[in-house]
Amino acid sequence: MGVKLLLEKANVPGIRSYDVYRREGGYTTAEKALKEMSIEAIVEEVKKSGLRGRGGAGFPAGMKWSFIAKPEGLPRHLVCNADESEPGTFKDRYLMEFLPHLLIEGLLISSFALGSNDTYIYIRGEYAWVATILEEAIAEATKNGFLGKNILGTGFDCRIHVHRGAGAYICGEETALIESLEGKRGNPRIKPPFPAIQGVWMRPTVVNNVETLAAIVPIIKMGGEEYAKIGVGRSTGTKLISACGNINKPGVYEIDMTISVEDFIYSDEYCGGIANGKKLKACIPGGSSVPILPANLLLKTAKGETRYMNYESLSDGGFATGSMMGSGGFIVLDEDQCIVKNTLTLARFYRHESCGQCSPCREGTGWMEKIIQKIELGKGEISDIDLLWDIQRKIEGNTICPLGDAAAWPVAAAIRHFRDEFEWHITNRELSQTSNFGLQHYADPIHVPA
Amino acid sequence: MSLQFNNEQMTELKRLVSRYPEGKQKSALLPVLHLAQDSFGGWLPTEAMDYVAGLLSIEPIEVYEVATFYSMYNLKPVGKFVFEVCQTGPCMISGSDNIIAYIQKQLGIQPGETTKDGVFTLKLVECLGACGYAPMMQVGKVYREHLTKEKVDAIIAEYRMQVIAQN
Repeated sequence: MGVKLLLEKANVPGIRSYDVYRREGGYTTAEKALKEMSIEAIVEEVKKSGLRGRGGAGFPAGMKWSFIAKPEGLPRHLVCNADESEPGTFKDRYLMEFLPHLLIEGLLISSFALGSNDTYIYIRGEYAWVATILEEAIAEATKNGFLGKNILGTGFDCRIHVHRGAGAYICGEETALIESLEGKRGNPRIKPPFPAIQGVWMRPTVVNNVETLAAIVPIIKMGGEEYAKIGVGRSTGTKLISACGNINKPGVYEIDMTISVEDFIYSDEYCGGIANGKKLKACIPGGSSVPILPANLLLKTAKGETRYMNYESLSDGGFATGSMMGSGGFIVLDEDQCIVKNTLTLARFYRHESCGQCSPCREGTGWMEKIIQKIELGKGEISDIDLLWDIQRKIEGNTICPLGDAAAWPVAAAIRHFRDEFEWHITNRELSQTSNFGLQHYADPIHVPA
Repeated sequence: MSLQFNNEQMTELKRLVSRYPEGKQKSALLPVLHLAQDSFGGWLPTEAMDYVAGLLSIEPIEVYEVATFYSMYNLKPVGKFVFEVCQTGPCMISGSDNIIAYIQKQLGIQPGETTKDGVFTLKLVECLGACGYAPMMQVGKVYREHLTKEKVDAIIAEYRMQVIAQN
């Protein structure tokens, strides 16, 4: 069993309620932070912890906090990014649904450290019932003096507001989220200015992911140095992984980032192996936008070393032979899955979610979807593969926000590692409509079911 | 004008607007549009958008551009129950194609259509963050997960019963 810092109490009956959370030691860390620690000391602990943003980009949270501008007379805001929309990712939902008070305690400590008297949780609109759970938890915390005016007699006021989005993946990008919070279309802003200087309502703003803010509680509780001892290298602490696809035990798991990818997929404590006795074909290890890896490159790096579930190891080999930790959305594909079809659904997703502001993304995502659809329907040409490659290359890096990159990478990786499957679809027009390319040489070479 | 919030809905409107700083009432637009859609039969006619613009003291165009951007706002009438079935990667590899085909067959409609009796609408949507519980769909404010053909039948029967009970 690995270390559990976030989900340790997830199975305690009634932990969703204030009373049980408090009885289990909840809000004692907030008391420690607000009563015994200075703002500087809290920020210092977060820096020492090495905590990296858990939304996908992995930017050091303490450093992000230290950028916030503090001009006289201008309110500052903390915004919790709960717009979880990256396909394969459902970890924040789990945290909010089952441990709402852990998030609120993290928000309270973070709001205190950043000087935010009005903190917002921007939650994706579809998580309507989760928004209700959060509102109830906020009401309980307010009733018990952990939110509201003069919290714990410190003179610090804090209100937390739940703001429901309305269906737009792009609002997970922090400047699009801010626009949306202002009641506008979710069009990302050009940076600079960064939100830390001019964010929501042109006020200094920090936007952090749900899991990042929940992790503030164990960091302050145990101290940044102790937290940093868990994990390996720059992958400190624990990470929530939402595992899905063709595995025996889909779900949300907390790992300490020292576990191998092989153990994560095959051990009974985590995914429990590939479902229905099938073989592993491929995996998208960090949410739909990170590169897909064939089984042989997933379990071992190109150098033949064991690959681990952490930021450095998952990206070992760069995009040529590696992938990314991303959001922790771990999508497993078995031998029956068609890479062309899978890539088509992702290309459609990004076309649907492009905000339309930048032409490379607005036009390019639509072109990619059409070309992959053509190949999937058995009407492709061999030259279409190079055309796809060309389009994705011209989207990447040429847009205001990372959605362009996120749309380009899955297509690039699918062609990079599975070009022969695309070719097979094109040269076997009729056969590809009724049967599957299958595994060919992509199978996991280690685990071969009888 | 026929579309108007009742007293309870007006109280909710005030609560929503109070979350944002003075003069920044436009920030309440997304939540208020949810409230309007829930209050006015599950969709947003132009009349409703104009009404919201007036309530928030903003131009109607500011409401239209938002209502057309976000996928949860319905700009056309929908059935009493909207089946929003996820079709993105993780759901697809978990068998959503079969579920979508089965729902189409059972309801006799294509994606984007509403049954003649106005009870069901079928929509295909992108990732709803339930990938570990796939295949799945959203119906109103709840998620229906781990869908199988049997479960789809039971869900359809359940909503039909609700309609009968209300009539």
